[in-house]
Amino acid sequence: MDEEKKDILILAIESSCDETAAAVVKNGREVLSNVISSQIELHKLYGGVVPEIASRKHIEKINQVIEEALTEAEVTLDDIDAIGVTYGPGLVGALLVGVAEAKAIAYAKKIPLVGVHHIEGHISANYIENKELEPPFLCLVVSGGHTHLVCVKDYGDYEILGRTRDDAAGEAFDKVARAIGLGYPGGPKIDKLSKEGNADAIVFPKAHIEDSPYDFSFSGVKSSVLNYINGCQMKGIEYNRADIAASFQKAVTDVLVENAMHAVQEYGLKKFAIAGGVASNSTLRAAMKNACEENGIEFYYPSPIFCTDNAAMIGVAAYYEYLAGTRHGWDLNAVPNLKLGER
Amino acid sequence: MRILALDSSGLVAAVAVVEETETGAKTVAEYTVNYKKTHSQTLLPMLDEIAKMTELDMESIDAIAVAGGPGSFTGLRIGSATAKGLGLALNRPLIHIPTVDGLAYNLCYTDCVVCPIMDARRNQVYSGIYSFDGDRMNVLEPQMAVGIEELAEKLRSYDKRIIFLGDGVPVHCHALKEELLREKDIAFAPPHMNYQRAAAVGALAIQYYHEGKIENAAEHKPDYLRVSQAERERAERQKALDGGR
Repeated sequence: MDEEKKDILILAIESSCDETAAAVVKNGREVLSNVISSQIELHKLYGGVVPEIASRKHIEKINQVIEEALTEAEVTLDDIDAIGVTYGPGLVGALLVGVAEAKAIAYAKKIPLVGVHHIEGHISANYIENKELEPPFLCLVVSGGHTHLVCVKDYGDYEILGRTRDDAAGEAFDKVARAIGLGYPGGPKIDKLSKEGNADAIVFPKAHIEDSPYDFSFSGVKSSVLNYINGCQMKGIEYNRADIAASFQKAVTDVLVENAMHAVQEYGLKKFAIAGGVASNSTLRAAMKNACEENGIEFYYPSPIFCTDNAAMIGVAAYYEYLAGTRHGWDLNAVPNLKLGER
Repeated sequence: MRILALDSSGLVAAVAVVEETETGAKTVAEYTVNYKKTHSQTLLPMLDEIAKMTELDMESIDAIAVAGGPGSFTGLRIGSATAKGLGLALNRPLIHIPTVDGLAYNLCYTDCVVCPIMDARRNQVYSGIYSFDGDRMNVLEPQMAVGIEELAEKLRSYDKRIIFLGDGVPVHCHALKEELLREKDIAFAPPHMNYQRAAAVGALAIQYYHEGKIENAAEHKPDYLRVSQAERERAERQKALDGGR
């Protein structure tokens, strides 16, 4: 027997929404390649992601993306120890492409298949650039489809403390962006425009949920933005788009920060991380950084490339699942509404 | 030569291993399931069963054949992604068999005209028109999405007996027999020939292989015969706008 500790290489595949992605990750922390083929330009024509078009693009691109990930990592499939794949939550038709592909590769190469929860991937993105980060910590996952406040107790062991009751934070960004004529996707555009505006110009409501202090609601703030615009139009007043962007963003950010800091203290955690597409938002990052400094909490965040949907984060999550003994069968199916922590 | 064939385009999930012998195509194993589980849950476990039962070494497969459409969009992609993953991992070519051609090949060796009809919704069927010289298939009309009346019109020009098969038969057999093709000699395939069979896909794939009709796993994609609903509606809006000018 070889006494030397062998490196574990995971090939990861992600196709839950509109990016086709593959990556090779070594020992759960080192990203050897991270290839993302984005379809965003195509979906812009429709003002949002069209599931059938997304699925069609995935099947066209998936082999190229995987081959590129292997080439860039300078490995072949023979070097790979396991295949990790997102099997939920997400668009079912889109997920199925990645799942069927991953199963076939794992089957043909006779290596283990590890299904990964998309949110677990986002959380795990924090391990890539923060080698010292280990559970327990609190993580806020904010994206176009998700807003979760999660206590990461251990690798693969999660407790969801709070979630949105209606729109995801990123969804609210998209809707407000559309209302002020910025187009899709709204997050980066609002972030950019807000820098020219006054965040205190307009006071939009911050929703707090009575009985569950960590839950969120973003449909109220979104509606009040739409009402504000409507009101201005009826009165024939010109409204300042930059002020709206900045004020809306502040209202969302404030609630995210307040709930997160509340939870960190209640649970006595010393570390806090953000993840997901909206975690790239510069205002949110700055506000979280400040709040963490004030509270003496260590703050972690991934680079934007690991915030967006990518396969490297799936590879990291798959590595820890692999170590924990998670193996999926050849009947693995896509689960569009998969719950975090479910197997 | 050994072909692994997959068909998950319709209601059935089907996997077969077909070999070329001196006397023609030999089906080593064929597994068909028509059950409520999704193809995602059945297709690969079925392959695994076949592999175990027939001591199949995946490396011994020369090409992977897949029914490439038309059919259920999601079903097609499960078959295609499975074939693409196997092709990538084994470094083998894919053979894209048009679904309707594969279905027609259920009836090879017949001297009748063969016309598969698959229910395509929106008042159409997926169909094509074929004849055979032994096991050689001739495509008289390549697969298409077509209204049943228009299809009947095309079929009137053939003198031979016409055999229909496919999941569109129960829906349209009455209209074909009693109205549309009353004057023609028509027949319907027995129920056990009515569904997609991977053994037929595999046998036809041997022909394709010899004709050089193979493709790289990366370039393979399903042929849906239809654009997505979003694209269709967008084109209609665009057309309405242009018309309004």
